[in-house]
Amino acid sequence: MASPKEVKDDRKYTKDHEWAQAAGNELLVGITAFAVDALGDITLVSLDVKVGDTVTHGKTFGTIESVKTLSDLFAPVSGKITRINSALENHPELINEDPWTKGWMIAIAPDADASAGDLMDAKSYADHLSHSDH
Amino acid sequence: MTTGRPPVSRKKQREARAEQPLARPALVPLSRSRYAGRVSDEFLKRTPLFAKHQALGARLVPFAGWEMPIQYKGISLEHQAVRERVGLFDVSHMGELELRGERALELVNSLITNDIARAADGQATYTCCCNERGTVLDDLIVYRRSANDVLVVCNASNRDKISAHFAAAARGVCEFEDVSDETALLALQGPQALAVLNRAGVNLDLGSLKTFRFAPGTVAGIRCVIARTGYTGEDGVELFCAWGEAVALWEALLSAGRDAGIEPIGLGARDTLRLDARLSLYGNEIDETSNPLEAGLAWVVKLDKPNFSGKAALVAIKERGLERILVGFEMTGRGIARHGYPLCDSQGREFGLCTSGGPSPTLGKSIGLGYVPLTSSAIGSELLVDCRGKKIPARIVKTPFYKRK
Repeated sequence: MASPKEVKDDRKYTKDHEWAQAAGNELLVGITAFAVDALGDITLVSLDVKVGDTVTHGKTFGTIESVKTLSDLFAPVSGKITRINSALENHPELINEDPWTKGWMIAIAPDADASAGDLMDAKSYADHLSHSDH
Repeated sequence: MTTGRPPVSRKKQREARAEQPLARPALVPLSRSRYAGRVSDEFLKRTPLFAKHQALGARLVPFAGWEMPIQYKGISLEHQAVRERVGLFDVSHMGELELRGERALELVNSLITNDIARAADGQATYTCCCNERGTVLDDLIVYRRSANDVLVVCNASNRDKISAHFAAAARGVCEFEDVSDETALLALQGPQALAVLNRAGVNLDLGSLKTFRFAPGTVAGIRCVIARTGYTGEDGVELFCAWGEAVALWEALLSAGRDAGIEPIGLGARDTLRLDARLSLYGNEIDETSNPLEAGLAWVVKLDKPNFSGKAALVAIKERGLERILVGFEMTGRGIARHGYPLCDSQGREFGLCTSGGPSPTLGKSIGLGYVPLTSSAIGSELLVDCRGKKIPARIVKTPFYKRK
């Protein structure tokens, strides 16, 4: 598993330890190595949305559960769901194994006027992590 | 006695305790923003092993006024280590009360639902402690050293309440002393626990120490009370020692267990282990709104015993018949039941409450405990668990979910 403080330069971050990576017209969304480390063994990803649904910036789109914890997942931007990672349904451990690539959860086509203003770049997120003590 | 306690004033300790709700809080905060926040808090108490936990890389969380390890390497890994090999727990946050004098046994017996008059000297007894309404103030293990020397171990979350309750009852009857602040408690649990204890050097014949028996002794040269008790569903012991000797005992046991694959175990796995074995957790299965009969603890309620606190109410509850009962269930749909989720009948009408739940690392299934109406409690019955608005099917099953061979 990745180091909990690992940050990738190729994407943006929320203060809730999610990442959003531009891929064509979509934003792929997942959780960071820090979040994975804090959650422990992930046992269930439960999405409240399906392809075609709209999500709103800051609102929950599902939950992620580990052996002990349940946490909300928040949409990093407003937009329409274009894809979901169905592999997680039977293999939620993919998020533990590879939070940055195989562990992606949803893809969003952001609204035309969607603001990505409060997403952090890698440097800001690394700084945020240095203030997030276990 | 010298202790490794941090310099926290009595006043601060009292303030810290006053902030704790009576019910044991959830083991992990629910929101990610909270668990990612700082957990260090000058009002939290620390066990003598705090620095050891830090050095082992434990994740430390506030629990019942203490800063305790919730996990070291991971809950599933630690859970399996206890089931398959052996694990070591620091449970020094638990409360210990001593009662001495000619009427000590009689006094303790008047406050608990089980009957230690029937116990032998050197026998430990699991019991509830009820109020006059017959609901549960705490669950305890009572150690009968002799008829005039009794040790009571209570939950950390209830220590102030139970300490005051016993102290008040003991006034003018027998001596009472709360020794929680000078008594450390380690639990060594798992199929290899006794072998590791022997390897550490113990001056007792462990073969003659039966389940729920205890004796004074030494482990690695350290004076302990050695009790064949635990909270995991596995064989093992719990070791009481002086606060200042806990580090030496901890190190001796980890060292003696190295070849057996010992792991330090946090409160997270302690919870999943006890849930497998259907052991009640105060604040979840039992509290001041539930009685021991509906919690499936009738076996620790001796209604034929002379008067005890809560007896009249419990007799009346038994005569009237139970309205609800605690059952075990496993999820048949995709979902995880959690403490506080509503339970519903197959039509989706709410009829009960989940008290504990989660994935069992041993069983590879998602399990739970909860209260349902007595009329809907048959093994095999279907129910729905309201997982934050999604009704996920589950089935009532026999408990314990896990029983060691």
